[in-house]
Amino acid sequence: MGKLYKVSSNPHIRSGMTTSGIMLAVIVALMPATGFGIYNFGIRALFVVLVTVASTVLTEFLYGLFRKKMTITDLSAVVTGLLLALNLPVTIPFWMAALGGVFAILVVKMLFGGLGQNFMNPALAARCFLLISFPVQMTAFACDAYTGATPLAALKAGESVNALDMVIGRTAGTIGETSLVALAVGACLLILLGIIDLRVPGTYLVTFAVFVILFGGHRVDPAYLSAHLAGGGLMLGAFFMATDYVTRPVTIKGQYVYGMFLGLMTGIFRIFGPGAEGVSYAIILGNLLVPLIEKYTRPVAFGYRKGGKRREK
Amino acid sequence: MNRAGERLYNGMVKENPTFVLMLGMCPTLAVTTSAMNGLGMGLTTMAVLALSNLFISLLRKVIPNRVRIPAFIVIIASFVTAVELLLEAYLPELNKSLGVYIPLIVVNCIILGRAESYAYLNPPLPSLFDGIGMGLGFSFALTCIGAFRELLGAGEVFGYAILPASFQPIRIFGQAPGAFFVLAALVAFQNYLKKTRQRAGKAFEKIGSGCSEDCMNCDRQGCTKRFYDTDAGEGFREQEEMSLSGKADAGAGSQGRRRQPDLEIVDLDEEGK
Repeated sequence: MGKLYKVSSNPHIRSGMTTSGIMLAVIVALMPATGFGIYNFGIRALFVVLVTVASTVLTEFLYGLFRKKMTITDLSAVVTGLLLALNLPVTIPFWMAALGGVFAILVVKMLFGGLGQNFMNPALAARCFLLISFPVQMTAFACDAYTGATPLAALKAGESVNALDMVIGRTAGTIGETSLVALAVGACLLILLGIIDLRVPGTYLVTFAVFVILFGGHRVDPAYLSAHLAGGGLMLGAFFMATDYVTRPVTIKGQYVYGMFLGLMTGIFRIFGPGAEGVSYAIILGNLLVPLIEKYTRPVAFGYRKGGKRREK
Repeated sequence: MNRAGERLYNGMVKENPTFVLMLGMCPTLAVTTSAMNGLGMGLTTMAVLALSNLFISLLRKVIPNRVRIPAFIVIIASFVTAVELLLEAYLPELNKSLGVYIPLIVVNCIILGRAESYAYLNPPLPSLFDGIGMGLGFSFALTCIGAFRELLGAGEVFGYAILPASFQPIRIFGQAPGAFFVLAALVAFQNYLKKTRQRAGKAFEKIGSGCSEDCMNCDRQGCTKRFYDTDAGEGFREQEEMSLSGKADAGAGSQGRRRQPDLEIVDLDEEGK
């Protein structure tokens, strides 16, 4: 982009934040989780991450060449690739990871108009695409380091789990979802930088916790509750994917509604659904409802009375 | 016979019901899990479409304007029942895999659309060929979609293994979302072909269709206007009368009136009494 034109009039908020700056911060914030994943699952995790990121970046690059509009420098493809890799099991064949990357960028993002136009989180959409296409490989969590089921699957089967292991992350699961500590470090960084706020993740987690207490069948059982909160992709989803600027509502009220919806759906999927996990489906379902949520939570313009406009609650 | 050939070309290429008119999406998305299913569904629909078009055209002077939609449905339903019984007797396997979508041909909007916009206004022979052309276009589209879905979702086409056994089937293509992906890709490909041909100066020549408008190169967007702009003025009502109709008219059958003065006068007289 060449020279920025100066458009004046009206008080505008000026911000030094750029798209690539935000994306870079997200990448840095995901590094602890990625690092822990590699430490936890071995060197193959690193290769999965590299293959996925390479496929998303390459897809965006080729599409940019084809459309003669290069968008690769905004780093969003790297974020998508990284998030997708963190959502894959370590044993996944490399070509599947690459296929997921191509799907995320080409089908979900670029065909709809590129960054800012995608109606769904590309990484999650790709994960769901892979999950439906290759259910066996996508849920093969047994690897060299772990042979047992994921904590959530064990929990669903009625077994007890070690909550401390789950907080540190020494459990089976996808590459980036296991360690609560590593994810929390990254999330704190993003919150301190002002890139994300707690509206969506906070409402999401509180709603989910209430749902688990009400319908989980264990009442207020701290062990069960904390296992549900720390288990699976909930933290990764709540802090890094539900907060995606493009696919969450822009209105503040809408963000609360969105967070509540995600918590509710995740609870329904996890407790009443056949599978142990439901975060990704809950979030992409929430993504689809965003236009509707925004429509009904439009704030009243300055100077208008509340009753002056039709407003449904 | 030139007109018959023109109708065939119109149905298969210019106004392909699936790729251009986007009609009949329900069977298109639901039964195209394999090439064989797609072909079977397409040919069954074609048989019904050709016969119903022929008979509606033959009866077009006797069917009163106001009850034409029920009359069409009765004619279509008779043929669907006949075809269904034939399938059950001679191709039970296909009948089983297509399931409820065979009886649902009754409400297929391609058939109702062609009856309403073409057969009801035109002589029998062109109507018959219009039905055959549309049916062939539908069969072709469904077979294409089915073949791609079968190839990616199972590694086979028409039941023959094409890809090596090491190929890992991408199961999503065997399910409904895969149908959307394949359909979108094929429509995009077809639009791409159309654009490159136009650029090369080989625009498709205009051939009149039901709404005397060429959907592929339509710049009036009468249908768009009709579907999405409910406040469209009276000017569009004119078009609405003559335009291709599927869903809209099926729903609001009593409102869409035909320009057939003689029948209209009879109706009014009856009302006067």
